[in-house]
Amino acid sequence: MIEFLLNNEIVCLTDINPNTTVLQYLRDQQQRCGTKEGCASGDCGACTVVTVELDAQHTLQYKNINACITLISALHGKQLISIEDLKVEQQLHSTQQAMVDTDGSQCGFCTPGFVMSLFALQKHQSGYDKHAVQQALAGNLCRCTGYRAIDSAAKQALTSPPLDHFDPLADDTRDTLLQLAKNSSACPSIEHQGKICHLPSNIQTLTELLRIHPESTLLAGGTDLAIEVTQHGREFSQLISMLGVSELQQVTITDQQLEIGAAVSLNACQDILRGPFVDFANLLERFASLHVRHTATLAGNIANASPIGDTPPALIALNASLVLRSADQQRTELIEDFFVDYRKTTLQQGEFIEKIIIPIPQQDFHFKVYKVSKRLDDDISAICAAHYLCLDKDNRVSEIRMAYGGMAAIAKRASHTEAALLGELWNQATVDKALLHLSTDFQPLSDFRASDQYRLRCAQNLLHKFFLETQATIDVTTGAIKMRISDYV
Amino acid sequence: MSKLSGAALSQAQMYEKIQAEISSGVGKKIPHESAARHVTGEAIYIDDRLDFANQLHLYPVLSEVAHGRLEQIDSEQCSRLAGVERVIIASDIPGDGDIGAILPGDPLLAIDTVEYIGQVIAIVVASSMEIARQGAKLVKVQITPLKAILEVKEAHALGHYVLAPHTQSMGDAQAALQSAAHVLEGELQIGGQEHFYLETQICSTLPTEEGGMLVYASTQHPSEVQKLVAQVIDVSLNKVTVDMRRMGGGFGGKETQAAQPACLAALASHLTGKPCKMRLPRELDMRMTGKRHPFTVQYKVGFNSQGLLCGLVLDLLADCGFSPDLSGSIVDRAMFHADNAYYLGNATITGYRCKTNRASNTAYRGFGGPQGMVAIENIMDHIARFLAVDPLSIRKLNYYQKEQRNLTHYGQKVEGNLLDEMTAELESSSDYQLRRKQINTFNQNHPFMRKGIALTPVKFGISFTATFLNQGGALINIYTDGSIHLNHGGTEMGQGLNTKVAQIVAEEFQVDIETIFISATNTDKVPNTSPTAASSGTDINGKAAQNAARTLKTRLIEFAISHYQVASSEIHFVNNHIKLKDRVISFTELIQQAYFAQISLSSTGFYRTPKIFYDRDSAFGTPFYYYAFGMACSEVIIDTHTGEYKVLRSDILHDVGDSLNPRIDIGQVEGGFVQGMGWMTTEELVWDNSGKLLTSNPMSYKIPAITDIPNDFRVKLVENRKNPEDTVYHSKAVGEPPFMLGISVWCALKDAVASLGDYRHQPNMHSPATPEVVFFAVQDMLRQTAND
Repeated sequence: MIEFLLNNEIVCLTDINPNTTVLQYLRDQQQRCGTKEGCASGDCGACTVVTVELDAQHTLQYKNINACITLISALHGKQLISIEDLKVEQQLHSTQQAMVDTDGSQCGFCTPGFVMSLFALQKHQSGYDKHAVQQALAGNLCRCTGYRAIDSAAKQALTSPPLDHFDPLADDTRDTLLQLAKNSSACPSIEHQGKICHLPSNIQTLTELLRIHPESTLLAGGTDLAIEVTQHGREFSQLISMLGVSELQQVTITDQQLEIGAAVSLNACQDILRGPFVDFANLLERFASLHVRHTATLAGNIANASPIGDTPPALIALNASLVLRSADQQRTELIEDFFVDYRKTTLQQGEFIEKIIIPIPQQDFHFKVYKVSKRLDDDISAICAAHYLCLDKDNRVSEIRMAYGGMAAIAKRASHTEAALLGELWNQATVDKALLHLSTDFQPLSDFRASDQYRLRCAQNLLHKFFLETQATIDVTTGAIKMRISDYV
Repeated sequence: MSKLSGAALSQAQMYEKIQAEISSGVGKKIPHESAARHVTGEAIYIDDRLDFANQLHLYPVLSEVAHGRLEQIDSEQCSRLAGVERVIIASDIPGDGDIGAILPGDPLLAIDTVEYIGQVIAIVVASSMEIARQGAKLVKVQITPLKAILEVKEAHALGHYVLAPHTQSMGDAQAALQSAAHVLEGELQIGGQEHFYLETQICSTLPTEEGGMLVYASTQHPSEVQKLVAQVIDVSLNKVTVDMRRMGGGFGGKETQAAQPACLAALASHLTGKPCKMRLPRELDMRMTGKRHPFTVQYKVGFNSQGLLCGLVLDLLADCGFSPDLSGSIVDRAMFHADNAYYLGNATITGYRCKTNRASNTAYRGFGGPQGMVAIENIMDHIARFLAVDPLSIRKLNYYQKEQRNLTHYGQKVEGNLLDEMTAELESSSDYQLRRKQINTFNQNHPFMRKGIALTPVKFGISFTATFLNQGGALINIYTDGSIHLNHGGTEMGQGLNTKVAQIVAEEFQVDIETIFISATNTDKVPNTSPTAASSGTDINGKAAQNAARTLKTRLIEFAISHYQVASSEIHFVNNHIKLKDRVISFTELIQQAYFAQISLSSTGFYRTPKIFYDRDSAFGTPFYYYAFGMACSEVIIDTHTGEYKVLRSDILHDVGDSLNPRIDIGQVEGGFVQGMGWMTTEELVWDNSGKLLTSNPMSYKIPAITDIPNDFRVKLVENRKNPEDTVYHSKAVGEPPFMLGISVWCALKDAVASLGDYRHQPNMHSPATPEVVFFAVQDMLRQTAND
């Protein structure tokens, strides 16, 4: 049985197909048809709903997510708020009123989704901030308005908003969520006609389940897995959700390294990474949409082993490793060794990623990641290039790791190019010579995202850009010269 | 008494009332009529309706071959699946299965050949959509492949057209080119565009008595759906009713294409006797339906040493897909707009409607006009680069003039020309010249970023070029509580048509808009309607509603003259009241008295656009009632390392005549601009060698998101410029024209690339200008410059 709050009502579900999405649940089983299906692949945001959960300090966290690619099990222990819950009697919520006042809707089909994203944003953002609005709404597509009006709605909604009907209930909601957590068994499950999903709450239960059902499909954020269901008609019969496993939610930060549990969302990773690796955090701002980052995990992006996943190049360049766990053993592996071939990893049946370990460099370093895609936000990379560089006191390259996504069947290092740089003076001539080796390292494919030639030439130019960004003579930090298009947003 | 009449007011109170105006009449800034329901999710779309008991769901079996002979359809295994009601193929159609809009060629279900990947071969009807989807996988289709033609140039070379080529010409272009001081030629590829309405195609049907059908369709053209459903299930039109409350976006994609799911659902209802629904999942929608036509443009242009154009030979090769659909009119409109704002002098413009094995391309906001305009804007840039002058000066030099040089290549005189004054205003308000200088400075100082700027005009002809379509209808019923029920022939897809038409009726009766209720567009309320297309929705239906209101008002005035013994000049409709010489009564009171006096309180209204005519054989006439004008100035920055870019600022000045509702109009202008910008930048359609669309979902096909809009976005409507023609309250259509303002972004990107060659070479940059296209245009520019 899973338990959650549907607005303020406790809902218990036992007999439900675990392949059911939250969107299907709302529309088909609750007749809450305000939430729309625009794509069923997490790309348009018409299905946006808000989940509320408690953080470590027991503060309510409002998150906009895509109901269309969230499986029902993800609601366990949370509050679900859909568009129907915002209006009280005849009184529109301030976010709704703002959308009316500024003409934020035309055809209206995307509108409930925008309202829900604004609602979640309003709960943790005081005052208008353009960047925060773009981040919150990048996963909501509107084909009618051209967004300016919606941006104005955001401005109105974020400028001294009145208390809403959720605010006075905050203590009750927190108590109820705490109670739900307390009531939850060690391993709740839902099952319908032989299709089952287990939700273990600790690592021991998880490993035990995997011992008994090694063929199970592991589910974390599920933002990719759910697409298999909605787009390809797959039905998973044995799912194990890792989201509730307390050990996997852990983050440990020392002077030496970051340890990020497998159930930590990409959005949470952003905050963790911003300190030591600001470019990694910036990369995550362009990783899918906030909707997806609220749900998806860093471990999931690695386990997925897509050649165009955005975090593997950055992690490889940072020399990160994985702790892999099964019922019988635990092992550690460098991420660059984890990827074997297209969508193939060294992960064994019954094994899962427990955590990701990112070492923190103990000397001065440069770390820059570049993502090139057709659209700035919520798009998959044509190429993603991550560079890690250390220079000795003579300005020679003492350490270099360059890893690329979109250039091969797996995310991988440019070993020949690195070799041409290692030990050399870090100057334009060295770089110009070294970047010719990129065509030895990679023979990229042409597809609908980019041609082979473009990918290769871009990779070369990005190395050049990296060089420029490391040069003290061009003062990037003062903003005198901006180096990237994203600096002009 | 009803709520509307409220508490009875005294004469003094009513006198007080009529000192004020109504708050929601014509020209007032009121929100979209459904806004409050949009934001709460209470606005009902077809998929939100409760399922009927026993409702069945449809899922299609699609061709996976671009061209082939359909040998066999084996549905035995599918039929055995529990929950599958039946599988429908072409031979099950009782009536005529060709649902071509104007010309035949669009089989509802494939008969003996398939002509594109995504064509519907069979339909599985089941108790749930999921079962229908599983069932569709079990249908085995055998197809013998035939040679597919996938490239527009190949089709052109083979003379493989859906319709015969057509030419519009003025003067002697060849002779003009021979004597021109300079002649340039070139070729440009212009990509198509997926509509990406947020609500995918959907229809639900309910069988009614005597073989009839009630059809809930998300369509811009209810009357055509009615006609085609009747034809497919072989009943007369009066047995079929189509009901359409609102669409979740249309943009032309639901003009002809809504008919297929509607006819399939109606056919399934007809065959099973049960209610049916067909909703297309996004990916199927993108595979099955046609898009904006991709064009290949080939030109030869002559001009003098100042850049004044004197001769043009222009070939427009349109990729129409496998059937004619609306390609006849669409390519005509591309030809009509290949002048955009410029006097062409001697011109020969030929449109080729190439047949390829792709989904049949169709109406999309602008209806071919944008492609024609991009062609001539590209030519303006080309001339400017050749002469090394600012493209804006070449544009201004070639503008249509008021007294002379004002005749289009199809013989229509350009009247009400606002080009010069609007350009002057925007050039000044956008600080074009100053920013041009600042951009030069920036470009000289940044190591690899380059900025560009462009100011481009729009002149768009308003009217259906198929003249008979320029008609509208309306029905007004006034009930005894004074409430007004309004219907018209147009459809609401988000553009605010219902709001504007209600404002017009409110203005006529001088009542508040809350008094007026517009229910679904319905073929049994207003018959034989034209599609809501060609930006004409308000022009024709607003006028029709106005006429209906005026008919009723005349009746009410005649009644008042006799009943209250006042002269016509003593009767005034003011703010929900009627002033009758020296007394005031409420609107409701008047209606009630009229009812007791046996006055009809229901009237239709009709409108046909005057003045227009066009003889296609001689390609000559006045096909447009008037022109709408617009201007946009956009500034961009490109990263020459990667080709990535950002729109920094766009200033827009747009002409809507006397605005019926500035809030609604601004929304159309902004939304149109961003959609046009998307078409020319990130929205790339890619097919593989077999003719399969690879960009068939929003993961791979990228429409603009919030971060893509200009950092600084300034939109203004032209003030104090009424439409000189007798349109409804002298307003102008606004649906399509702003779309083409997006061309300014593409021209600005080219300007940024041209800066690398000191503005002396035309960038080799096609549309859409994805970062990759910009990157290679940069490389090409560096090569061109190296040869200097």
